[in-house]
Amino acid sequence: MTELMTDPKTSSFAAPPKRRKFRWLRELALVPALIVVLIIGGLISDTFLTFGSIVGILSASAALSMVVLGESLVLLTGKFDLSLESTMGMAPALGAMLVIPVASSGFGTEIPGFAGILAVLVAGAAVGFVNGFLIVKLKLNAFIVTLAMLTVLRGTQIGSTQGKTLFDQLDVFTALATTTFIGLPMSVWLAAALFAAFGLGLRYHRIGRSLYAIGGNREAARAAGIRVDRISWGVFVVAGVLAALGGLAYTGYVGALGADQGDGLILQVFAAAVIGGVSLDGGKGTLVGALTGVLLLQTVTNLLQVAQVPPEWLKAIYGVIILVALIISRYAGGKAQT
Amino acid sequence: MSALPAGSAAVPVVSAQGVGKRYGPTVALSDVSLTVHPGESHALVGRNGAGKSTLVSILTGLSKTDTGHVEFGGVPAPPLSKQDDWKRAVACVYQHAMVVPQLTVAENLFLNRQSGRGFAIGWQRLRRQARELLDSWDVGVDVDTPAGELSVEDRQFVEIARALSYGARFIVLDEPTAQLDSQAIDRLFARMRQMQANGVTFLFISHHLHEVYEVCQAVTVLRDAKHILTAPVAEVGRAELIDAMTGEQGGLSVRDASTREALDADADEVLAVDGLSGDGFSGVTFRIHRGEVIGLAGSNASGKHQVAETVYGLRSPSSGTVRVDGKPLKPGDIPAAIRAGIGCVPRDRHHEGLVLEHSIADNATLSILDRMGKGGLAAPAARYGRAVQALRDYDIVAADADQPVSDLSGGNQQKVVLARALAGDPRLVVLINPTAGVDVKSKEALLAVVDRVRAEGKAVLIVSDELDDLRLSDRVLVLRAGAVVAEHRAGWSDGDLVADIEGVERG
Repeated sequence: MTELMTDPKTSSFAAPPKRRKFRWLRELALVPALIVVLIIGGLISDTFLTFGSIVGILSASAALSMVVLGESLVLLTGKFDLSLESTMGMAPALGAMLVIPVASSGFGTEIPGFAGILAVLVAGAAVGFVNGFLIVKLKLNAFIVTLAMLTVLRGTQIGSTQGKTLFDQLDVFTALATTTFIGLPMSVWLAAALFAAFGLGLRYHRIGRSLYAIGGNREAARAAGIRVDRISWGVFVVAGVLAALGGLAYTGYVGALGADQGDGLILQVFAAAVIGGVSLDGGKGTLVGALTGVLLLQTVTNLLQVAQVPPEWLKAIYGVIILVALIISRYAGGKAQT
Repeated sequence: MSALPAGSAAVPVVSAQGVGKRYGPTVALSDVSLTVHPGESHALVGRNGAGKSTLVSILTGLSKTDTGHVEFGGVPAPPLSKQDDWKRAVACVYQHAMVVPQLTVAENLFLNRQSGRGFAIGWQRLRRQARELLDSWDVGVDVDTPAGELSVEDRQFVEIARALSYGARFIVLDEPTAQLDSQAIDRLFARMRQMQANGVTFLFISHHLHEVYEVCQAVTVLRDAKHILTAPVAEVGRAELIDAMTGEQGGLSVRDASTREALDADADEVLAVDGLSGDGFSGVTFRIHRGEVIGLAGSNASGKHQVAETVYGLRSPSSGTVRVDGKPLKPGDIPAAIRAGIGCVPRDRHHEGLVLEHSIADNATLSILDRMGKGGLAAPAARYGRAVQALRDYDIVAADADQPVSDLSGGNQQKVVLARALAGDPRLVVLINPTAGVDVKSKEALLAVVDRVRAEGKAVLIVSDELDDLRLSDRVLVLRAGAVVAEHRAGWSDGDLVADIEGVERG
């Protein structure tokens, strides 16, 4: 006992009961910032806080949030995947081109719509599978592998669509965002359901706990009997599928499938996760945090539009906002983000 | 080189008087005094958390003392901002490497002063200086070797030489022997004596008391942040020293296996290892029965760790079989080993034992996540409950089961690892260096747990460098160069066992 009292590292001994409650609050650390942004929006524009506007923010968030979900899972295991942004474009494009007729720039196979959707998901899984193989099995560096994959996928999409935007006969692929339930698009419901399912899984299921252990200390996880390689690999596959789903939601939100769909989005994906408290080192972070990160970034984006910022300046301002948000969350969270 | 005053009555190399340090409400060090005389090796001992690290950080200019003052050679210590002045007075060689592994020894020695007073780096001159420096202290290391390729032993010498090159003649060695085998320890001690003769003074930190007797002239004991005693080593006995560290009477109390009743002749066989060969060992065969403890002893290079790691599946064997309860175990498959009923305390708790940032609850349940609930559910409440139970069962001192294990002392961290190894109620427990780097008190507690589970009928395989750990064993197998060369029944004498481990005749 006396030993403990004198060890500087164990000084938290004094107040044990607070810990458990306090930890929950930290996951919601971004909520005050979110409220501030909403209030500012409300002051600038009468319509910012209307139901329609909020639905707009949520619809726009749905696509991003599914990719962030996938990325967060990969980050938790201590790896990362840059290629998710082009999976988000390539997978729906591939599915769409298998379905739509040649006249609408399809391959001419004209498979049924549901098979096209399935193809989208399989394409996402396949990309993740290859990434996982290269990173987990061949032990290549995740940064350069997924950067190369990003370029390959983007190039493939541009090549096969000849750089054209697909917009004709895409009903099956936009349904996710155009069908609504209780006033909200299905994509929002789907994103919410996925976050709930994965969030609970991370907290209540052994595989979820394994992700944290693997990211925290791979060797210790292995020594504890966790099949580290199999799970890390699987996470890449799941992330690929989630990115493909995010791509579908995005296509629906925009109403067309551009050759550059998802281009540059990976910055927002990483920013949302990191601002939300997911560690780039692995083993730390929650989906509640990541989700609040997405909502905050998306709300800020909408605020910029409402504030009538000249569109040619949006990108620069957006980048600065992400930097500022990272700095703020570094000090609000109190932990290094390395 | 600073001229050293002759005679023991000379000005002390370092003198700390009434040093104290608080971290918030916690007293890390209270009114501690330490005087080290020139040319001696002064041991600093105490249990984990006794204040050794805090004292070292004050003596090496990493943190500022709240009370009292520190003098080097009669001159007040420089302010913390003048790190160059500190480097000329004192240096610490830590357990973990403080070299840049990719750079050569020569560049490491002169890091950030490669070019001397010049503008460009003269590589020839740098290497020549490095060689001269190492030669002058008789360190036989090639200056062109990347520092990361050095053995622990050579790396320590390089760090010592670097410290000396700044002019420091007072060196703190923080558990220098922890990662060395006994030959390397002997070489280290020989080199220390040689440097002592050349006017270097050491503050030597170790958990191994016999090393204190071997190489030190004076010893200071800290306990609970306070100074307990300082005396010439020749005047304090081993038991007295342990008492001073623990604050209790009587030395380390570990039940020797020879004092308990002999094992049932018809006890079931739990583990059968036959002709097991792999990286660093070959043809190892042994049996462990219910309620039996088998020890594996040997030098670090003997292959004893690898044998135990192969049994648990951390390594794949090249040939041979491992059977638990007669059923062959799939080689190199840890989940299969756990299912078959093996629990393991791995070799290094930081490297493969714990996820330091995560809570006790997460760590204590890591290997039993699949049996916490239906369909793989492992709810936080269930994990928390298991951990609270473990805190109680294994007497782990922690504020709460939600506390990160990085907050705990080494002894308590190791108890968490042991708790996890036992969480699945295994038939066989494989313990690799189970008491490495923990204090005397925790060591007793850990070994008491091992004795308890043995009495419950578990089979135990214990691999250790420490004789105290091996005393629980019914039999100790000694490995040398990857093969079992001797077997000692309980009741062995330290001398005989050590002679076998080192491969020397006792004459």
